[in-house]
Amino acid sequence: MKFTILDYSVGNLFSITNAFRKEGIDTVISSSIRDLYESDAIILPGVGSFPAAMKKIKDIKKILIEIKKEKYFLGVCLGLQLFFENSTEGRTLTQGLGFLEGRVDELPDNVKKPHMGWNKVNDKGSILLEDVDFSYFYFAHSYIVFPKDKEIIRGSTYYGVEFPSIIEKDNIFGTQFHPEKSGRDGRKVIKNFIRKVRG
Amino acid sequence: MLAKRIIPCLDIKDNRVVKGIHFRDLKDAGDPVAQASIYDEEGADELVFLDITASKQKRKTLIELVRRIADVLTIPFTVGGGIKSIDDIYDILKAGADKVSINTSAVKNPKLIEKAVFEFGRQCIVVSIDALKKNEWYEVYIYGGTKPTRLDAYEWSKKVVELGAGEILLTSIDADGAQKGYDIELTKNISSIVNVPVIASGGAGTLKHIYDVLTIGKADAALMASILHYGKYSIREIKEYLLSRGINVRPI
Repeated sequence: MKFTILDYSVGNLFSITNAFRKEGIDTVISSSIRDLYESDAIILPGVGSFPAAMKKIKDIKKILIEIKKEKYFLGVCLGLQLFFENSTEGRTLTQGLGFLEGRVDELPDNVKKPHMGWNKVNDKGSILLEDVDFSYFYFAHSYIVFPKDKEIIRGSTYYGVEFPSIIEKDNIFGTQFHPEKSGRDGRKVIKNFIRKVRG
Repeated sequence: MLAKRIIPCLDIKDNRVVKGIHFRDLKDAGDPVAQASIYDEEGADELVFLDITASKQKRKTLIELVRRIADVLTIPFTVGGGIKSIDDIYDILKAGADKVSINTSAVKNPKLIEKAVFEFGRQCIVVSIDALKKNEWYEVYIYGGTKPTRLDAYEWSKKVVELGAGEILLTSIDADGAQKGYDIELTKNISSIVNVPVIASGGAGTLKHIYDVLTIGKADAALMASILHYGKYSIREIKEYLLSRGINVRPI
């Protein structure tokens, strides 16, 4: 099984790599076409900004769209947001991968931003939440997703507004929180994703 | 609802914890990796490591330490102490830290905040402010609380948020280490004027102190050192107390 962490950031990729390694998966950090084609699962990590990440992967966007039905995907935080059509992060509207219909916009102004810390995820039939104990996860973000199809929302969280914190659609999985930073329950989310990929 | 955070702080010098933890079955009480791992298992929501090493070798050994800590932790952690440049931040984040905390360099070179936020995102840039109470105001101090800056702590807080800081780690120099309670007034005022999370630091001595700063003080998180290191209370005891008084904390 090949798990690739898509390389589009300059931040901490150690934690996500480490989280998979602890579950027995050696990931590859790459954005090469060959690695993408060979992968069973592609992980979009949660560090960086939407415009910067899209700029970095602009040359492989076509490839990602081409293989979007054939591979499992896990988007973490920003990674989840990249699945959508566009985001208001940055000075202008930036196009995303468009795997899922909907947009990305900022949290409302009546709350402190970033939404930083541990918050509860309400389970709406999520595969990723199977066997999870408390369902508290670590968040660090200022933007949220607005999916067109509400059926794909499999977990939600309250912070000023109720927002989607888990998205699941067929082979595409995403969490607005960081499972790799969320203690025991976070590990279970990663395990559940790996189990799904392994079938 | 967003939970209030309990954050142990470990002071590191030459790769060792300076104020050791008095844990019964911990073989090497000065090893930051072992201590970090224990706090993680006990239910800490985050950890802060403050490197107070002054040697030239510092950066290399710190990076190695960050990597070892990142290897064992399942929760986020922040590294601070002597961070001067974008390269410093890059190295620390790349080694596995989730956030960096800048203090003296932010005062001396406020543009560093802006640049760091642009490069790495505001969620990983914490600005640490050490404030000392004067008659009518709070003055910002740098170099580990030794050098006054003439900066007003309230004005400086607003400024760092404008520059993009994602979080403020606020230490009351008067209260620090005294275990007589956090500076509620300072914390409440700063938390009310900025729209980013505020971590209160300095003064935790009792469970009620922690409760007070998270309620009256409007802090989003409480940082503590001695109260945990010397075994006065465990993280579980702190969390159970807060839960019993209606504060939302992450269950453990």
